Amino acid sequence: MDATARPVSTPRLTRFLHLLRSAPLTAQFGMVVTLAYALVALFAPLIAPYGEVEVVSRVPFDGWSAEHLLGTDQLGRDFLSRLIYGARNSISIALITTILSLTLGCLLGMFAALVGGLVDQVLSRIVDALMSVPELIFILMILSILGGSILNLILIIAVLTSTRFYRISRAAALNVASLDFVEAARARGEGSLWIAVNEILPNILPLILSELGMRFCFIFLNIAALSFLGVGIQPPTAEWGSMVRDNAALINMGNVTPLIPAAAIALLAIAVNFVVDWMLNRASGLSEEA
Amino acid sequence: MPDPVIRIDNLHIDARANDAWSAIVRGVSLAVHPGEVLGLVGESGAGKSTIGLAALGYLRPGARVSGGSVHLLGQDLLALPESERRRFRGTQVAYVAQSAQAAFNPVHRLMDQIVAVAVDRGGLTRAEAEERAVTLFTALRLPDPAQFGDRYPHQVSGGQLQRAMVAMALICNPALIVFDEPTTALDVTTQVEVLISIRKVIQDFGVAAIYITHDLAVVAQIAHRVAVLRHGAVVEEAPIARIMDAPQHPYTRSLWAVHELPVDAAGAHDRKGAPLLDIRDLAARYKQFQVLTDISLQVGRGETVALVGESGSGKSTLGRVIVGLKEPAAGTLTYDGQPLAPTVARRPLPTIRRIQIIYQSADTALNPRHSVRRILGRPLTLYHGLRGARREARVQELLRLVEMEPTHADRLPGQLSGGQKQRVAIARALAAEPELIICDEITSALDKVVQAEVLRMLLVLQARLGVSFLFITHDIEVVRAVADRVVVMQAGRIVEQGEKARVFAPPHEPYTETLLASVPEMAVGWLDRIIAGRAA
Repeated sequence: MDATARPVSTPRLTRFLHLLRSAPLTAQFGMVVTLAYALVALFAPLIAPYGEVEVVSRVPFDGWSAEHLLGTDQLGRDFLSRLIYGARNSISIALITTILSLTLGCLLGMFAALVGGLVDQVLSRIVDALMSVPELIFILMILSILGGSILNLILIIAVLTSTRFYRISRAAALNVASLDFVEAARARGEGSLWIAVNEILPNILPLILSELGMRFCFIFLNIAALSFLGVGIQPPTAEWGSMVRDNAALINMGNVTPLIPAAAIALLAIAVNFVVDWMLNRASGLSEEA
Repeated sequence: MPDPVIRIDNLHIDARANDAWSAIVRGVSLAVHPGEVLGLVGESGAGKSTIGLAALGYLRPGARVSGGSVHLLGQDLLALPESERRRFRGTQVAYVAQSAQAAFNPVHRLMDQIVAVAVDRGGLTRAEAEERAVTLFTALRLPDPAQFGDRYPHQVSGGQLQRAMVAMALICNPALIVFDEPTTALDVTTQVEVLISIRKVIQDFGVAAIYITHDLAVVAQIAHRVAVLRHGAVVEEAPIARIMDAPQHPYTRSLWAVHELPVDAAGAHDRKGAPLLDIRDLAARYKQFQVLTDISLQVGRGETVALVGESGSGKSTLGRVIVGLKEPAAGTLTYDGQPLAPTVARRPLPTIRRIQIIYQSADTALNPRHSVRRILGRPLTLYHGLRGARREARVQELLRLVEMEPTHADRLPGQLSGGQKQRVAIARALAAEPELIICDEITSALDKVVQAEVLRMLLVLQARLGVSFLFITHDIEVVRAVADRVVVMQAGRIVEQGEKARVFAPPHEPYTETLLASVPEMAVGWLDRIIAGRAA
């Protein structure tokens, strides 16, 4: 952007590395785990021993063996391969949904805070109404009306989750909007959108990023729960939530394999939250110098 | 001579910043005897408050004592553990902070907060403590002393709250009170009342005091002896009369020179042609509250008009109306012969560019997450379409104009001093190349030395660029130094306006008289004359 920004970038990188090293052990653990998930999702076709929907064995529910490390599922597909592909599907869908809801919620929240008055009232009451319905039931209802495609799933969850972003960004923006530099920007003749993005967003960003991590986990769990209920991501696409459901029968036989996707979900949720906690701590303390 | 109430010997205090300890108090020795008031004077950052708190045996977090001792009534405070020191605070030594607004808890009644220490460790019963509090309210001339304590902090005025804090300090009849800039946050007219009260109780109760301030005129009214601090060390200590008449140290003399701001010698700027800004019969209200009534005033090209009045008189609202942030309820605004739209949203960008505003607090007026380059660059892009190298060149030029270094462009506001931040705010206004700048109390958050520098710079800029200033202020000294014409406001109305020399020369309007009489003079005995004048 600025021609002069370039010489600053090298110390910025070293400062970033220094920052990572100074992070507490939990945050470092969280970052390593999250990175590992990302790599698995990204390079799934290279890592997985078999294809996502490939039937590799005549024996359904086969036990663990050298050939099929985690056995096979109800149709005789390789469980480990489906777990790896599942990372790709589950994470990418959750990520897209989170980013959509963040953008929608934050823009509306800052807009409401800046404009105030009737616009703020109307938006806030709509958000209250959306939030007052239990989330999962609401999603189930709308999915049954519109049909359970991945696009619908993403849009519905994004809109519902954006209510949380709306509330937090509106509250934070209200505090910032009362400061003189926002008034100075108005007096300078800036428009509301410019003020929201340039003056307010940088000041509420730490808070929103923390919320982002939290919401990512919830969205992830929501999708898994919906898939478990059979209305989320449809077969034959591998998805962790539906993998638990499809293989649940194994648990009765004392086999822990169906719990592995569940553990994968839990581990990612914990890892992301470690990172988020650390960011929240930093944001509440001295965020500029550290 | 009796033993001193407090004796500070060769005190050294370090503060931690960026993982390194640096000395903020370097070998200070002071003593205060019973019934004596010691003034502690210096610019901000000189270590005044740190020494004041050390007298209570208290250090701010991130500070440590690296040498010396503090003896209160013969007891070495620093040798005691923190729990022992606590017993002294509020009972033997008390503290009056700068902002009573921030020091009182808004959800408790005043009485509960004032008697808390007396009941907790002063050995008084609740009834005794309340009785004493009422006596103190009477001595401090607070309204309705018997019921005053039933109110909440937001139900009394700023001056009354400050006096309530003095009552809290006196509740256990301490040997020493530390006053830390108790009147700095107040209007001049309120300041006089509080000063008179403080003087009276110090005399009545025979308490020793350390009075911290950066205002020499104030210290001259209160203190018997003055210690001048600079960079954490005492540069001069003498009885008040000698400090006032014959300051020895060059630094002390420079403080004096600063106080007598250069009065504009060139005389009033000639008003040529039609006024730049013409306001007629303006009114404004917040909901049902009328804040401005019948405001008519003009600002000419290259002229400085000072708008004076105490807080709540509507002067800042007038500034907001002019830049279009507050819609007027009635009246007309004419700028350079053209009518001004009532709100900024309906004004074309070239018109907006011609009127700029600078705020009181540069802390909140600059976005803490934007670098100085970005802050100055935005108006250049917005109004003049400058980008890349040409914009950078102009940013550098603006920094030079406000006497800052080119390297400051990379800094965030948090990495600048208070004076530097205000300079950046001024540079941002200048970036628009305006014809009229509204300065809303721009020097009141700065200490005297920095204030004088900023004012001098503004006058130089005016001479070079020919801009007009509308100077909103409650500081009469600033008005004397910079204004061509003066407009006096009270309760949303203009009570007097005219050439500076005429407004400041008798006969005055009654309110102007009060305002002028409230400005402390740089002479011992000014307050005595006021008190004597009232008694007569």
